[in-house]
Amino acid sequence: MILEDDANAQRRDAILGAIRQSLGRGPLSGTAARELDERLARHPASLLPERAKGSRQEVLQRFVAMAEKAACSLIRLADERAVPKAAADYLRANNLPLALTLAPERALHDLPWQDEPLLQRRTGAAGEQDLAALTPALCAVAETGTLVLTSGPGHPSTLNFLPDHHLVVLKASDVVGGYEHAWTRLRAQYGAGQMPRTVNLVTGPSRTGDIELTIQLGAHGPRRLHILLVDDEAPSGD
Amino acid sequence: MNKARPQAFKENAHRALGDANLRKALAGLATGFIPRRRAAVEALPEFDDLRARGREIKDHVLAHLDHYLGVFERNCRAAGGQVHWCATAEEARQAVLGICRQVGARKVTKGKSMVAEEIELNRALEAAGIEPIETDLGEYIIQLAGEPPSHIIAPAVHKTKEQVAELFLKHHQKYGKTVRLSEPQALTNEAREVLRRQYFEADVGITGANFLIAETGSTTIVTNEGNGDLTQILGKRHVVVTSIEKVVPTLEDATVLLRLLARSATGQEFSAYTTLSTGPRQPGDLDGPEEFHVVILDNGRSAMLGGEFREMLRCIRCGACMNHCPVYGAVGGHSYGSVYVGPMGAVLTPGLGGIEASRHLPNASTFCGRCEEVCPMQIPLPKLMRAWRERAHDSAATPALERHGIGLWAWLASRPWLYAQAARLAARALARIGRRQGRIARLPFAGGWTEGRDFPAPEGRTFQEQWRARQAGLG
Repeated sequence: MILEDDANAQRRDAILGAIRQSLGRGPLSGTAARELDERLARHPASLLPERAKGSRQEVLQRFVAMAEKAACSLIRLADERAVPKAAADYLRANNLPLALTLAPERALHDLPWQDEPLLQRRTGAAGEQDLAALTPALCAVAETGTLVLTSGPGHPSTLNFLPDHHLVVLKASDVVGGYEHAWTRLRAQYGAGQMPRTVNLVTGPSRTGDIELTIQLGAHGPRRLHILLVDDEAPSGD
Repeated sequence: MNKARPQAFKENAHRALGDANLRKALAGLATGFIPRRRAAVEALPEFDDLRARGREIKDHVLAHLDHYLGVFERNCRAAGGQVHWCATAEEARQAVLGICRQVGARKVTKGKSMVAEEIELNRALEAAGIEPIETDLGEYIIQLAGEPPSHIIAPAVHKTKEQVAELFLKHHQKYGKTVRLSEPQALTNEAREVLRRQYFEADVGITGANFLIAETGSTTIVTNEGNGDLTQILGKRHVVVTSIEKVVPTLEDATVLLRLLARSATGQEFSAYTTLSTGPRQPGDLDGPEEFHVVILDNGRSAMLGGEFREMLRCIRCGACMNHCPVYGAVGGHSYGSVYVGPMGAVLTPGLGGIEASRHLPNASTFCGRCEEVCPMQIPLPKLMRAWRERAHDSAATPALERHGIGLWAWLASRPWLYAQAARLAARALARIGRRQGRIARLPFAGGWTEGRDFPAPEGRTFQEQWRARQAGLG
């Protein structure tokens, strides 16, 4: 924790004092403050839209449909061991050099890369020259086809933004219905109130509408977002 | 050239109406934002329920603003961030300059931030010898043009692609770009290439925040381009410039507002990038800023909290009100001469800077009510504009002639018999003046009307007279 200087503390007290004056009260009583803190700890969910609900199969189908609507491309894989070939196929299909920067996560490293001997791999944060990156996702949200990507030693955030082509490995079991379900995953992973430095909710490739309101893809971030969806769930009707 | 001050609204609007490029550029509102928003709202049946929930959340926050700001600060600091409290624009400028000077910054990249516009940060940075680079495409375009934004989410909406091409040709020669481009995709690509190198050269990255999340001490930006993300990950320091009313309690509360924001703003289901930033880079991280600073501005907001304009503080800056405003659509954002434009600007600007300088802005409305209809936070914008008009009247910001005219009108309108007699007299007189052609070419006290078009002459009887006659006929 960084020590605070007195002037800043005084300015804070003056602003909070002005707020209280406008609200016509002093600092909140202990009981009132506790009620608010209790609400924070409970973090009640509000209205969950219908489209954030449904069976596993419906949620998965909605995710695929919404991601494609957001201009992602997506391929479904029966097994994560098929990721290296699928990644290389993507590069070949788009006439890209067979080179990939991998997020330094164990699970990605352990995939059977020997199946693609010509594919050059590098691990680490993204550099200026990287054209394509492959990263994992914490989870994904069906209601808008949104990927939830977190920063950390195994998945630096620059990989999500610098390369022209962003490939994301996503397990079907990590696709949830609504954003609220993603927050539950986040709290389970990092602890309540704790966050990784960066959480990126990514819905499709980069775009802009700043010139005559016409949508152009590839403004500053990736021009293409390609999802490798690994079907790791046993088929069931629930 | 428009005068960037709200006192010049009438003059600016007059000029804007004759600007062919502006007409062409603003036509995009009706074919772009408006139908896209409608489609997105129709695709989410719960949209109106979510508006009510969003409003409740914001009202709850505003009633407990001191508490949630305190929680935000505590959690932001616990995550290694620093919070800078600023009562005025000047304090906020000094806070940002102080942070930049500590690292000897020569160049900073910036994501789009309306609060940074509000405090005129670029001018202060330049005066201190620090080069600010706007990285949002729209902000970059207007930075090259030396203009303020004309829309809160589409800052360069007033520019045609030909004008953008001209600016790029002029300013990109130093990068060896000498071809005049014509298509938006080519222009976007060139800006991408030119700006990419800036992220790596910048010492500090400055962004705004759509929301502050008290529960986690995080700041949030909602963008489409990814420039705000590159700005904050690649700078040595990430400075967030924001204001006190942006705080929400939890991730779940932010979610309700996020479901409303993009749909209302651009008509997207969700923006391409919604990013939560918490503190500086963490142990083991391979990228991210080494320091995280949140500059929180008051600048008149705490005072607004106490009066009839409190509801304005619910605003989440989506821009739907201006997209749907017939006045904004006719005169464009620069006419307002203020940072915040359209109906939300007409209410917020007097709140932040006083009604004396900005008395024309609440008058820039036909009270058609579309702004309130589309506002995701259900802010009664027409009612608030009317309240400002009353304040302007009472505070003598309105010129004496106008005030006395309105006073006379009010006196007459509250005396029905006298009013009916006066209206009869006026209707008869006008009918006489215009009896030959059925219209009147010039009318004293109505020069603003007759200068551009004829005034249709009444037929001689007032509405009330005709109404009474018709009722009698029916009975």
